[in-house]
Amino acid sequence: MKSSVITFPGSNCDRDIDVALKKFGFKNKMVWHTDAELPKSDLVVLPGGFSYGDYLRCGSMASKSKIMHSVINFANSGGMVMGICNGFQILVETGLVPGVLLRNKYLEFICKNVFVKINDKKNKYFKNVDNEVLEFHIAHNEGNYFCTNDQLKEIEDNNQIAINYCDENGKIEDQFNPNGSIKNIAGIFNKEKNVLGMMPHPERMIDASLSGDDGSLFFKNLINNLK
Amino acid sequence: MIVNEKVAVDHGLKKDEYAKICELLKRTPNITELGIFSAMWNEHCSYKSSRLHLKKLPTKGKKVIQGPGENAGVIDIEDNDAIVFKIESHNHPSFIEPYQGAATGVGGIMRDVFTMGARPIANLNSIHFGSPQHKKTKNLLRGVVHGIGGYGNCMGVPTIAGQTSFDSSYNGNILVNAMTLGLVKKDKIFYSKAAGLDKPVIYVGSKTGRDGIHGASMASASFDEKIEEKKPTVQVGDPFTEKLLLEACLELMAGDSIIAIQDMGAAGLTSSSIEMASKGNLGIEINLNKVPCRESKMTPYEIMLSESQERMLIVLENGKEDQAKKIFDKWNLDFAVIGKTTNSKRIELYFDEEKVADIPVNTLVENSPMYDRKWKKAKLPKKNKIKKEDIKHLKIIDVLKKVLANPNVCSKEWIWQQYDHTVMGDTIQKPGGDSGVVRVHGTDKAVAASVDSSAVYCWAHPLTGGKQVVCESFRNLISVGAKPIAITNCLNFGSPENEENMGEFVECVQGIGEASEYLKFPVVSGNVSFYNQTKEEGIKPTPAIGGVGLIKNYKNMITMEFKEIDNLVLVIGKTEGHIDQSLFARTILDEKNGPPPEVNLFNEKNNGETLLKLIDNNLIKSAHDVSLGGIITAVAKMCIKGKKGINIKKPKYLINEIEYFFAEDQGRYIIEINKKDFKKVADILNKNAVHFDELGTITENELYINDKTKVTIDELSTSNKSWLNNYMSK
Repeated sequence: MKSSVITFPGSNCDRDIDVALKKFGFKNKMVWHTDAELPKSDLVVLPGGFSYGDYLRCGSMASKSKIMHSVINFANSGGMVMGICNGFQILVETGLVPGVLLRNKYLEFICKNVFVKINDKKNKYFKNVDNEVLEFHIAHNEGNYFCTNDQLKEIEDNNQIAINYCDENGKIEDQFNPNGSIKNIAGIFNKEKNVLGMMPHPERMIDASLSGDDGSLFFKNLINNLK
Repeated sequence: MIVNEKVAVDHGLKKDEYAKICELLKRTPNITELGIFSAMWNEHCSYKSSRLHLKKLPTKGKKVIQGPGENAGVIDIEDNDAIVFKIESHNHPSFIEPYQGAATGVGGIMRDVFTMGARPIANLNSIHFGSPQHKKTKNLLRGVVHGIGGYGNCMGVPTIAGQTSFDSSYNGNILVNAMTLGLVKKDKIFYSKAAGLDKPVIYVGSKTGRDGIHGASMASASFDEKIEEKKPTVQVGDPFTEKLLLEACLELMAGDSIIAIQDMGAAGLTSSSIEMASKGNLGIEINLNKVPCRESKMTPYEIMLSESQERMLIVLENGKEDQAKKIFDKWNLDFAVIGKTTNSKRIELYFDEEKVADIPVNTLVENSPMYDRKWKKAKLPKKNKIKKEDIKHLKIIDVLKKVLANPNVCSKEWIWQQYDHTVMGDTIQKPGGDSGVVRVHGTDKAVAASVDSSAVYCWAHPLTGGKQVVCESFRNLISVGAKPIAITNCLNFGSPENEENMGEFVECVQGIGEASEYLKFPVVSGNVSFYNQTKEEGIKPTPAIGGVGLIKNYKNMITMEFKEIDNLVLVIGKTEGHIDQSLFARTILDEKNGPPPEVNLFNEKNNGETLLKLIDNNLIKSAHDVSLGGIITAVAKMCIKGKKGINIKKPKYLINEIEYFFAEDQGRYIIEINKKDFKKVADILNKNAVHFDELGTITENELYINDKTKVTIDELSTSNKSWLNNYMSK
């Protein structure tokens, strides 16, 4: 399986996701933001970080960079595109997934482990994951997902919510919501479910010596689903 | 502007220093030259009050590749890998403008590390605030934490450990010390020594603005009521540009075009150019019109003294300019050839085709003032006799809860949750343990780092305090299973012109020196911050020690949380019952006098090395050093983190429970072992003449003392975790 990770100026989880993808069998290529063409890929990842410093709205500058034309075309033709953290922020700025990401409710950066419940398994990202709940890791300042009521209805009608913040038993309640996001949303799909944007970093959970190992489940499953 | 003695004094120079400048130049300096002298001769850059004493520190060792004198120290961690590290203060700016002050402190120290060719792999910090009741404390704490996070998080370097304390002596002068570790190949280390004639001098990074002019001079003076006016001397950080600068520099360093490289930190272009010339015994010629400027009509004086961030100066091999420029263009950074190396041994500056400064380099460096300041030796205070009636009514559990909730002991999760501590995917021990630990990427090795200070002990008796801090750093590394290698120090003190403050400095440095010599734990880098005082009132002496150690196989790392029910808990090291200057004495008995706990370097080394032997033999399940709050506090923290209880039986040899549980004797650790290993462990400890107590057995979820007093771990956890959250949310 071939993957591509886009490096924007200010990306800082590009190496981490490169390590993770390779660990689980992807042949990964790093792609520079000024490139015009994407290499042939089965998966494109927009990594975490602070693209262009995020001095403007997070992700807005990166969403206009040269390579993104190719990424958007790739997504619109059904290609798998995953945005993690800043990558999610870039995805909402391109409009590939609906909604916006606001500043965290308590106005502070949060770095910690969280539990997420998989809401939908009829997609290539989560199909065949045995667990209902995964322990992931978040590290962000703007992960407070928000959208209009109409958008929310559409998202729910199409079953576009990918994962919700919850407790270890899968209970989705306000107290387990780290950033104030609407409906505890941690990640969402586009309508066709080939594009996934999520705040948690599965690439930081690929070894029991790290914060945890549930990221391994995610990546192992992902590569199998793509085969 | 005409330069005279008054102008010189306004620049922070003393009258006799100004006279010496005129004598060295054999003429009156112009204003640009005076600015350069004032920047190079201030305390911050010249170490004029401290140099004499710092020379006495042990700086060499088998593992030391580079000691003090470079941008950072370098140690060998085998297999051609090396760690570059340093700690630095950003105290004065952080008090004036906490967000930017702290942020640029973090940015500055990371630049020191990647200037040497190392990719930063971990950040740490030691931050100290005034009393929680003081009206400025909360906002300063919030601003500093946001600033540290804002910069480090954006750079994508994990912040893995730190220390936060509160003491009213910091009411008017907070301390913000930032430390960075970087990883480099031993044969790819870069230095700041220029070499060769007519080599191009290159300016890269951000443009130069008017921010931070005289920042280093500001950091070399006490505060007074006009402090708000000093805001423009605080630099403004841009972590995004620094991230680009990091990647661009590392890309350029992969080739062979750099002769010397130096970041522009304190005193900006002035100190960076002079240092490179001085180390290479060369001259340097700069055309200031070539310096990329952010603002119009900047004068030579402003360009030379600006402390704009995210800038570097490079001496390049001839003919490599285009190749280097391509890299900086790719990263959208300024790149300008601004001058060349010469054999004049002078710094010569040109602006609008006129020579605007011409100073022999040695007058700025070797001939800078050095003072043997007067200092007062501190007496060891008399021991207090604790009266039985003072402690008779105290209930251990109540005291323990108070101690766990004390601002200096309580959980600092509110702080470190705002720092990205997991980016780079190698953090295997997060903040909240004895040391932070990161793997050496792609290997089985890991590096442990800790930062410590004990201002109260240093204040009570500087010599003992200085030794104690080094020992605590040693213990914190050993507690995670790391072999201690070397330290960096950040020496935060009041005014060197005050004999008592100077005495504190001299004796703390002596203590640090003695301990690091004995423990073979040399000092490889550091920084001195004097004048941490407002009007006449100085801070408690606060040397902060950053220690670094190596774990050969990261799978053998030790953590502090209790692991398994029925395991045995032992105390390593003898408890004499030293209560004076303990957290217990100071906060529960309100007794602030008396000597700090004695430091016995033999025991410290022997206990620590024996524990490392036990760890090497896979006999240790968890370990934690005993520090603030004594044995019971250490054990309670291990219970809280492991969500386990303990059944404690106090050994009989001390009469008093309170003394046993809350004393802060040094050289002690709590360890957890499997019952079946007891004999093996006891044999090793006995063979090495290490005293130990059998303290108890791990249980489900309550802390029991002598079968009569008990408390649930949940209750202890609440005491430990609520104070800071409540304080910050009010």
